[in-house]
Parts: sequence; structure tokens; C-alpha cells
Amino acid sequence: MNQALDSDTTSITRRVLDALRLDPVLLSLVIVLALFGSMVLYSASGSDQAVVIRQLTRIIFALLLLVAAANIPLRMIRKISIWLYLAGVAMLIAVMFYGEVGKGAQRWLSLGFIRFQPSEILKLAVPMIVATYLANRVLPVGLKELVVSSVLVAVPVLLIARQPDLGTAILVGSAGFFVLFLAGVRWRVMISLGVLLSLMAPLLWKFALHDYQRKRIATLLDPESDPLGSGYHIIQSKIAIGSGGVYGKGWLNGTQSQLDFIPERSTDFIFSVFGEEFGFFGSIVLILIYVAIIFRGLYIAANSTENFGRLLAGAFSLTFFVYLFVNTGMVAGMLPVVGVPLPLISYGGTSMVTLMMGFGLIMSIRSAKRFMV
Amino acid sequence: MPKREQLQDDYLESRLIRRRLVLSAIFIVILLSLVLGRLYVLQIVEHEHFSTLSDSNRVRIKALPPTRGLIFDRHGVVMADNLPAYRLEIVREQVEDLDNTLLQLRQYVEYSDQDLKRFKQSLKRRRPFESIPLRLNLNDGEVARLAVNLHRFEGVEINARLTRNYPQGAHAVHALGYVGRIDERDLGEVDGVEYAGTTHIGKLGLEKFYEHELHGTVGVQHVEVNANGRTLRVLNESPPVQGNNLHLTIDSSLQKVAEEAFGNSSGAVVAIDPNNGEILALVSMPIFNPNLFVNGISFIKYNELRDSHQRPLFNRALSGQYPPGSTTKPFYGLAGLESAFAKKEEEIHCVGYYKLPNEERRYRDWKKQGHGPVNLTDAITQSCDVYFYDLAFRLGIDLMSSFLGEFGYGIETGVDSTGERKGILPSREWKRGHDGMPWFPGETLITGIGQGYLLVTPLQLANSIAAFSVRGTRYQPHLVKSVEKVPEYNRIEIASRVAGRYELKREHNWEHVHKAMINVVHGLRGTARGINQGLQYKVAGKTGTAQVFEVAQDEEYDEETVLEKLRDHALFVSYAPADDPQIAVAVIVENGGSGSAVAAPIARRIMDAYLLE
Repeated sequence: MNQALDSDTTSITRRVLDALRLDPVLLSLVIVLALFGSMVLYSASGSDQAVVIRQLTRIIFALLLLVAAANIPLRMIRKISIWLYLAGVAMLIAVMFYGEVGKGAQRWLSLGFIRFQPSEILKLAVPMIVATYLANRVLPVGLKELVVSSVLVAVPVLLIARQPDLGTAILVGSAGFFVLFLAGVRWRVMISLGVLLSLMAPLLWKFALHDYQRKRIATLLDPESDPLGSGYHIIQSKIAIGSGGVYGKGWLNGTQSQLDFIPERSTDFIFSVFGEEFGFFGSIVLILIYVAIIFRGLYIAANSTENFGRLLAGAFSLTFFVYLFVNTGMVAGMLPVVGVPLPLISYGGTSMVTLMMGFGLIMSIRSAKRFMV
Repeated sequence: MPKREQLQDDYLESRLIRRRLVLSAIFIVILLSLVLGRLYVLQIVEHEHFSTLSDSNRVRIKALPPTRGLIFDRHGVVMADNLPAYRLEIVREQVEDLDNTLLQLRQYVEYSDQDLKRFKQSLKRRRPFESIPLRLNLNDGEVARLAVNLHRFEGVEINARLTRNYPQGAHAVHALGYVGRIDERDLGEVDGVEYAGTTHIGKLGLEKFYEHELHGTVGVQHVEVNANGRTLRVLNESPPVQGNNLHLTIDSSLQKVAEEAFGNSSGAVVAIDPNNGEILALVSMPIFNPNLFVNGISFIKYNELRDSHQRPLFNRALSGQYPPGSTTKPFYGLAGLESAFAKKEEEIHCVGYYKLPNEERRYRDWKKQGHGPVNLTDAITQSCDVYFYDLAFRLGIDLMSSFLGEFGYGIETGVDSTGERKGILPSREWKRGHDGMPWFPGETLITGIGQGYLLVTPLQLANSIAAFSVRGTRYQPHLVKSVEKVPEYNRIEIASRVAGRYELKREHNWEHVHKAMINVVHGLRGTARGINQGLQYKVAGKTGTAQVFEVAQDEEYDEETVLEKLRDHALFVSYAPADDPQIAVAVIVENGGSGSAVAAPIARRIMDAYLLE
């Protein structure tokens, strides 16, 4: 009897999920991570319930968008990608002239009732347009395809980098790059590009970076050199994580976090709160959840029946990894401080919405397979 | 289906993409292992180390604000220094109930709502355990009352800090500017790290312009504190470096002479060394005490200063824009000779007014009955308007405008201070942009006597006459002679920069006008002959009167009946010694009446002080 009920409920859940075209594995992992994240956020915000309620509202809103995105047919995604891309670039240009300045950078566009960062749109639009473009071409990509795609990626990346928003520029750039990478850009091309970039690095250092960005990289190499400025973030973050030990100090018990030593602790530096309170063991579990999400995305990509789905799902999953790597690397003092949040955990609505919509699109790719066969 | 050059082979392509996906997965595993490895090092290997740091968390990092650089006049007289002053400061982390503490403190010391507002603003952007000032500049009584009761207030401190002080008070305030508390607006402009401990910043004038020199470099202190946050001992420290000192071109005593010569009038004086552009005196009257602004001026005091009809806060020397009046005549005279539109001995018959051909309107001379027959020398000496109406008619606005431009009219001088304005140098083009109207011939005439749209700042006026006195070389005027770099204490001279040079076509054209200007002071009929009694050197000058309001066609202008506010501005420009100019002076006395009676004597006192003492 009980068993029958159980199998009944499972099948009902199954049917609902199927009808909504959702992937149960990916969906449950994402929800677990987001809820776990809200718990960490509660601690990081100094037990501020209002913050957590706001974050939960955002999660629900973002999940609704995920469901919506999962129900867009692939054909439609390919069709809208060009318009989304053009609109995104147009808004980036608008930001340059009319944008609102916040924290020293011009990133926000205000539509009266809502303020948002157009650069977020490009996180979806750039991989979409490159995947659309390459999907009908013969792979591996030839020189012409490489040049066209690179231009498609470079235009928004440069616009975002000069806002200046290095973190988002890296994310958008790598999303575009991953599509190309998966589409089989030859190794020798990639290696020569890599060499070219490292040769240009000194020039970029000199002309492309802002003073504060140069300082952050210099600080990474020697945090003690700037204990009052950005070195302070890194020093305090390392103390927090290091003092966590194997099992951590326990939820709500991180002294570094609770005593306000960690700057930006509910946004970009939330991982140091996590590391302090949950220790090395917790960090392994957290990273494994992330890995499971990423691998599920890669698995869906590998099993897609058409190139467009393979490229797009693969690129989204890999970009998600970049979020994770850049953020944890920065908080652990391995990478310079750039504004990249810890995905699905850091406080803030914009990246949450974009990420969830990305997962929705991955799910749409997954269900497309079954409707075709 | 889009056309394809080659047939797509789905099997091969999907294999390619899958290979790449697997490769990415491997990369991901490697990179995340690196992160985990790093966490392993931090959380397991170095755990002890970080744990000690965190557990006791005794080490605090404190910013040590640098001492602001000093300002001296050209002879080493101190114009701005720093004095220790007591401040009431609060460390937020150590106060249990802030509102209650603030309330209790009121019993011992007064603080205004403004103080409180500023305090709360600073609270928001403090670093942990930073002490935030509530009240500055406590007096001895307040310090004593607080000190006795301090044990009752955890987290409340009395700290002595160096604060900007202007030992001479109001003297030279418009040349120096002043510092004030850093506000939200300043914070956007400064480097947060460098200003971590700094409470004051240059707000105006030199203090603002040379902020980067004066501020210095922040220091850092690692201190060990007890559980309550009180400092136990200093672990290590890199001391702050004092800001650089400024040595001015200003001569403090000359500045004082000029200020005193003004009495109760409003106006401005600028004295420049024409050989290098050094500003010897820069006066705007009335003056006010900048020390009021250092620790936050009260609303009442501020309103009083702001609403005073003499507007003491307004820096007339740099920001005031006045019609130059007849002081432009030497320039037009030179322009006439250089362009051959005027001849040295050619005479004009002045009947007291001038009429344009085919126009009824009379352009009046200041002397109703007229000057009779006048040549260029007479016209400058007696300041005949009709001669210059006629000359302007011949020169035309284009030539007049470009010639005045050669002497710095209509462009900023580039002085090293804030708030400089550029006046107005009218031209056909300017007028189109201004009101979309064409240029009218009548406007050329009134521009010809320095009225109409033409406006200059006192600094431009002084700089143009300085350039004239050395036959056309115009320097960029500057207030700072040298920057004394701390801690080496070596002086770096600020080099004089030539801003423009007018090449004379014929030297004797200049000599001719120059002699006419000497005649203005030393000639029998010179308009400024009143100041030549007992003069021990030769002065070349030109008086001017700037109309504040226009007299209707058939009206009389009677000084007695006109309200003081509407009375003409008195102007005088001059340089001396005439044959080897050491100083060029421009004086404007607002609503002073005529230049000869009011402005010229002030210039003489300044030149006497500079050349004789």
C-alpha cells in the first residue's frame, strides 16, 4: 500500500516535471545549492532575516524564469538569439552614455521602474549567438567562422570591460570562447592565440587596466603591501578560511565573519564565511555539489542530438564552472580580486536570474532530444 | 536550410564535440583540485597559524593620517600651518548602546545636529575599530569635564590631532583658499586608502589645487588590542610622510598693504611680476576668516557670510567679471598703430559725442563738452571716448577681438588655483552662439571703450597689462614659486611658462603708446595725475570706469543721486618702473566711482611698498 503510494507520488512528480520539461537531477541540485546558500547568507548577513527573505524571493522568481526558459523550443532560441544579442549590445552602448554610476563604474541602466545591468543579458546572448552561428557550419570551425565569432564575442566584452567590470567581461568572454572551443577550434590556433595574448599582456597591463585593477593584481602577489586597501580583503579572507580548519567553527559561529572583519561578506566574499564556518570538509561537499551540476550540464550537452544544443549546453556549464573557479580562487587568495559572485549563493538578484535562465535553456536542450526522436 | 560548402557529418561532429566536452571535464577536475589543494593548505596545513590570528584577533590595522604640508609666502612667512586640537572620538565596536552614549555625552559637551549627522555618515564607511570624530576642536573646559568622566564611557576617546590653522586669519584668504571636513562629494574623488585616516581636504583655492602635494602619504600601524579593543602596544608601524610644503610667489606684506588700502570697499587687486608671471598679491575684498571653515562653520555664521551684500566669500580676483572700460584703450591704440588704421599725429575733433554715418544715435563722451582736437597720445592721456569710437569704427570688431585675445582676454590664464573664470571676449561668432543675433556696428563702438559685452577678471586685467609692459610676452600667472619635497626638503622651483607672445610689427608703435601711458600719470592733463606727487619712480598707467548701468540718451549721470550699488566701478591698470617694469598692478574698486580718484591711489600704495621698501 505504502509502496504503491510512493511509486504513485514519484510518478506524479515525474509527470509534472516532464510536462514542464524540467530535468529532475539538475533542478534538485540547483535548488539544494540555492537553499544551502541562503543558510550561509543568513550567517553572513549577521542573522538578518530580511536579507534571507529577499534572497528567497529572488530564488523563487528566478526558478519561475527557469521553468519559462525550459519551455522555449530550441528553434525559437536560435531565432531570438540575434535579437537578444543586438538588444544587449545596444543597451551596453546606451549605458555608456546614459548609465547610472554605482561604486565607481557605469553598469546600470534604469528603465524608471527597474534598474538592471545589460551586461547580464550578454552572458546568455553571446554563447547563444555564437552557437546559432556555428551550428549550421561544418565543424571543426574554419578561419572565417573563427574570425566572425571572435568579433561577435569581442564587441560586448570590450564594452563591458571599459565600464569597467572586469568580472563580467571575463564571464561573457569565456562563455563565447567555450562555444568556439567545443566547436573544435584547432589546437595550434588556440596555442598561437594564447602566445599572442601573453605577449600582449604587458601592453594590456599598461593601457587596458585601470589603476585599481593593476593594484589588485599587485596586491595578490604581496597582500601585505596594501593592508589598508584591497590587501585587507585578501588577508582577512585567508584568516577566515584558514581558521575554519577541518570541520569549521559551525554555522553562525565564525568569529571573523560575525565580527565584521570580512568585507563584502554576503556578496563576493561569501565563500570565506562558508570556509570559516564549515571548514575543509564543508568546502569539499560544496565543491562536489557544484561539480555535479557542471557534469550534469556537460552530460546533457553530450547527449543532445544537434550541434546547437551541444554547443550551448556545454558553454553554459563551463561558464558556470568559471564563476566557481574565479570566485573561490579569488577568495582563497589565488586569483586577483575581480567582481565575480559565488554562483547561486552570493547575495544579489541579477546573477541569480541569469544563471537560472541558463539552466532553463539547458533543460530545454535536454527535452528537445526526446521530442525529435 | 542554409547552404553548405561541405556536407555536415553529424557523427564526426558529435564525436568532436564530445571529445572536447570530456577534455573540459578533465580540466575542470584539475583546476578544482588546485582550489581544494589551496584550501587544504589554508585550512589544514596552516590552520594553526590562522587560528591564532583569528582566535585572539588582537591585531588591528590603523591608518595614520599624514601631517598636511605648510604654506609660506615668498619670504618665508607662515601662511598655513597645523595646530594640535582635541577631538571627541568614538569607536563604534566598543559602544554597547550608541544612542544612549550620545545622549549622555550631551551633559558634558555640546555638539550640533550637523556634528551628529556627519558622525553618522562617517560611521557607515568606517573600517572596523576606527575611531570616528563626533566633535572637533574641544576647548580646555570641555576636555577637562570629559576627561574626568571618561571612565564611564566605554569606547569614547579624547584624541589630540593636528588640524589646519591659518595663523594670519583672514589675511590672504582668497589667495590661499581653505580646507574643510571631507564630505561625500570629496570621497568620490580621492583614493580611499590614502585618505583612510584623513579628516580634512582642500576645498578651495591653492589648498584644493595643490591637494596632491599638500596631503602627504598615509602611514600604517599594527597594534595589539585587548578584548575590549583598547590598544595595548604597537607591533610595528610605517609612519606617515608629511605633505610637501609650498612656497608662494605672494608677498605677504604687500598683500597686507593692498588689503588695508581698500578700507571698507569691495573689489580686487592683482599684482604680477611681468618678467615671469609670479603673482605678488592677489586680493579680493572683503575678506573672511578661513579658520571658521576648518572645523565646520555653523549655519548662522555661514548664512551671515553668504548673505552679506558685500559677498566676502566671492573670490573677485579670479571669479569676478567686470567690464574693463577705458583700460582697454592702450591696447586699441596699439592695435590701431600696428594695423595702420591709426596714425600717430592724426587728430580727431571731439565734440562730446560720436555718430555713426546714417544713424541718429549719439555715442557720448564722458566729458560732455568734448576734448576738442585730440591725437592718439591725447586720447589716451585724457581718456577721450570719441577718439576710440572712431578708431573702433575703423578697426572693426574682428581685429579688435583678435588683438585683445593676444593679451589674454577671453581665455583662462591657467593660474594654479580654483574657480577661475574666463570673462567674455565678444566677436561675431561669440554673439551668434550667445543669442543668435548678428553683430551690430553700434556694439563695435561701445566695445571700443571697453563696455558692452566685454568682461574680464581682475587677474586677466593684471596679466594683460603685465604682458603689455614687457612688449607682448604673456606668462602664465602662478601663485606657487616652489614645492618643498618632504622628507628631503629640497625645493623644486615651478618654472615660468610663456602663455603667449605678441610679436610687435614696429617697436616704436609700442613706445608711442607706452609714453602716452606715462603721460596718464605724469602728464599735465593725465587722468591719473593725482597720484604723481612725490613719486620716486616712473609709472605707466591707465584709468578706467566701468558702467554698471546704462544712462538713457538724454539723461545726466549724477554720482550724488545714484545709489551706491549702481555707481560705476573704478579701475586702474599700471606698471612700474615704467622703463624697467618690476610690477604690474590691476585695481578694481566696486561702485567706487572714477578710476582716477579711488583705484589709482591704491595701486600707488602697492607699488610704493614693493619698489621702495
